[in-house]
Amino acid sequence: MTRFRHLHWNALLGLALVGWLLATILLGAFWTPYDPIAIDLAHPFTPPSAAHWLGSDQFGRDVLSRAMLGARISFSIALGTVALVIALGTMLGLCAGFLRGWTDRVLMTVCDAVLAFPGILLALALIAVLGSNKSSIVIALSIAYLPSVTRVVRSAALSIRERDYIEASRVAGDTQLYTIMRHVLPNALPAVMVLATSLFGWAVLSESALSFLGVGVPPPAPTWGNMLSDARPYMEEANWLSLVPGFCIMLTLLGVNLLGDALRDYLDPRGRQ
Amino acid sequence: MTRTPLLDIANLCVETASRDGAPGRVLLQDFSLDILPGEFVSVVGESGSGKTMAARAILDLLPPGTRRAGGSIRLSGRELTTLSARQMRQVRGGEVGMVFQEPMVSLNPALTIGRQLEEGLALHRDYNRAERRDRIIEMLRRVRISEPAKRLAAYPHEFSGGMRQRIMLASVMLLKPKLLVADEPTTALDMLSQRDVMEAMTDLARDEGVAVLLITHDLRLVARYTQRMVVVEKGRLVEKGETAQVLRAPSDPYTRKLVDSLPQFQAGKADRGADRPPLLCVENASLCYEGRAGWLFGGAPKPVVHEVSLTVGVGETVALVGASGSGKTTLGRAVLGLKALSGGAIKFDGLDIARMNAADMRKFRRAAQLVFQDPFSSLDPRLKIGEVVGAPLRHEPISAFARRLRVETVLSEVGLPGFADQFAHQISGGQRQRVAIARAIVSWPRLVVADEPVSALDATIQRQVLSLLQKLQDQYGFACLFITHDLAVVGEIADRVAVMSEGCIVEAGETQTVFAAPQHSYTQALLAATPPLFS
Repeated sequence: MTRFRHLHWNALLGLALVGWLLATILLGAFWTPYDPIAIDLAHPFTPPSAAHWLGSDQFGRDVLSRAMLGARISFSIALGTVALVIALGTMLGLCAGFLRGWTDRVLMTVCDAVLAFPGILLALALIAVLGSNKSSIVIALSIAYLPSVTRVVRSAALSIRERDYIEASRVAGDTQLYTIMRHVLPNALPAVMVLATSLFGWAVLSESALSFLGVGVPPPAPTWGNMLSDARPYMEEANWLSLVPGFCIMLTLLGVNLLGDALRDYLDPRGRQ
Repeated sequence: MTRTPLLDIANLCVETASRDGAPGRVLLQDFSLDILPGEFVSVVGESGSGKTMAARAILDLLPPGTRRAGGSIRLSGRELTTLSARQMRQVRGGEVGMVFQEPMVSLNPALTIGRQLEEGLALHRDYNRAERRDRIIEMLRRVRISEPAKRLAAYPHEFSGGMRQRIMLASVMLLKPKLLVADEPTTALDMLSQRDVMEAMTDLARDEGVAVLLITHDLRLVARYTQRMVVVEKGRLVEKGETAQVLRAPSDPYTRKLVDSLPQFQAGKADRGADRPPLLCVENASLCYEGRAGWLFGGAPKPVVHEVSLTVGVGETVALVGASGSGKTTLGRAVLGLKALSGGAIKFDGLDIARMNAADMRKFRRAAQLVFQDPFSSLDPRLKIGEVVGAPLRHEPISAFARRLRVETVLSEVGLPGFADQFAHQISGGQRQRVAIARAIVSWPRLVVADEPVSALDATIQRQVLSLLQKLQDQYGFACLFITHDLAVVGEIADRVAVMSEGCIVEAGETQTVFAAPQHSYTQALLAATPPLFS
């Protein structure tokens, strides 16, 4: 009973955080306190005050406005990456794990080859080829994360395919595709959900890392990542510059993870009473 | 002559522990039991009866979330319940040894047998290396592991389940305990290995004067090996006494039910008319498993079934009997077209199942169904019971309404009316097996392959599921290929029996004929290993 209430609170907190983020993004699309990219060289490094609630940066740009716009860009990159990589990775992982044989061997060899590169290095190389914009960042990050998702889903599928109900499905005359969609995918879903929420966090962080390395979303458009990297030289004299995007990332990840866990538990019939 | 008991349990209570100190659910109530030195006593009950709790409480090994709520446990006059954790460790292994149910997981797969056997000796006894080695080899010899000196360097996976259980037994007996607690030591094993383990255990215990507390649900083991027994039902001790007396004249209704639910060995089923037209013909079928797969190519194929021939007539029940690893399950899967043959043919209704066209294959899929051994893995946890049962009807040309009606009818027929909206985790093992049976018969099959359908169930539930299967067979007239390792069950339900050993059918015939005069030495060994309740 206590555990259930505990879960319940977690879910509410997750919902609140994600809801708040979405509301901010929505609001940011119509209105921000200042123009997020308007430079005001007369007022650099204003600490948080009535005029600039979260202060201003080295060019006098309003941090709150930038964080609001940055939320949209960071969130859409992370969401795009997660959606793409989970869709592809789940498909490939289910095929490899369920069909075994040649499909599995070829897919896994390719995965291992891609995994041999450090993820960020691979993304860097891909962006160099694709050009530095939002959609190429999504594609690059997806390719970098695809092998690990494929592997996790494959291992879930491997254990599920040995269950008797898979054999029962064959006896009933179902096609392999139907068996995968009806039995393997739903039972692999908990693993996929956990993966998706943690990937969301990784995607936000990787985008920051790419911005930090100078190949992220090009300035002046703000993302949490490039705000963070721009703030690095002024860590001591203007700490709000790094604290604001830092907290944004942290709270977003917390919210997404809590919501993901709650969703997973809710979707599992064994947890419902 | 009155001797002081070795173990004296008085008024033991076990309950679930709740964090806030509120009284928990009672798992074992007022349990009393005494064992004399060298005596063999059994605790009998079904799963969930609390018998394992009693055994674990002795060694203070209760599972998390449960606690001893009262009572005393005395070993040789010493109270165990007040001992410190450190003193308790001395008792465990040193004075009381325990053998668990699962031989597959109770040995560490990463250590050699020799290392694992040595561990306890090094901890509890002062011997030097050479002495330890001698004792280990001697003990392995006594539990009938051949060439023990050579096997010390072997790892657990190189042994069969029965051998592993005997090795576990050796490791426990090496320390010369006064009491051996055996918790369902043979439940996971087939008949022959079961007998090997029990014989090794009783011989050793008798030689060493060790008392044995046998926890089991199998009355046949109780009858054969123990002098006294107690029966527990739902945490209550319902009957205790001399084994022979209790089994012959049970005074408690629950004990009577347990005794009655035992398959009546060698009863033999009345023949329901000979000369049935053949439905299923297995002709010289051979099957191989792919060897360990390399990166590009599979390894050398490993033969599992070798040139087997078998016929099942329309409406007939044929039992396929054999030890684990004999290939009987593989053959059962091949009959349903789930495994490709490497030689020979399987014909259903005269058609080779490997060469059927798509339309015939669809018909065959509806006509041949499977009931699994493990009721926990055979139902998809994410589907409702109704969806599970209705799955084979997906390819039938009937309306959704007709399908639902059919599912509900079949669920009532297996005794689960109104369960369609439940999930698999909400029902018991016996009920799950009924669901599996409902799924098998929902598409009006002509052949049902039942792969050890009752091996994982308690005796009374076994009884119910078996009679349900027979009732449905009478009603639907399907033929049944019944795969099992339990000969007693065979005697009750099968018209004919085929005995499999190492991939070959070594004997086949009318059940009564085979049981009365087994020709093959393997069949004779199997029959001898099935202990009758009264000898």
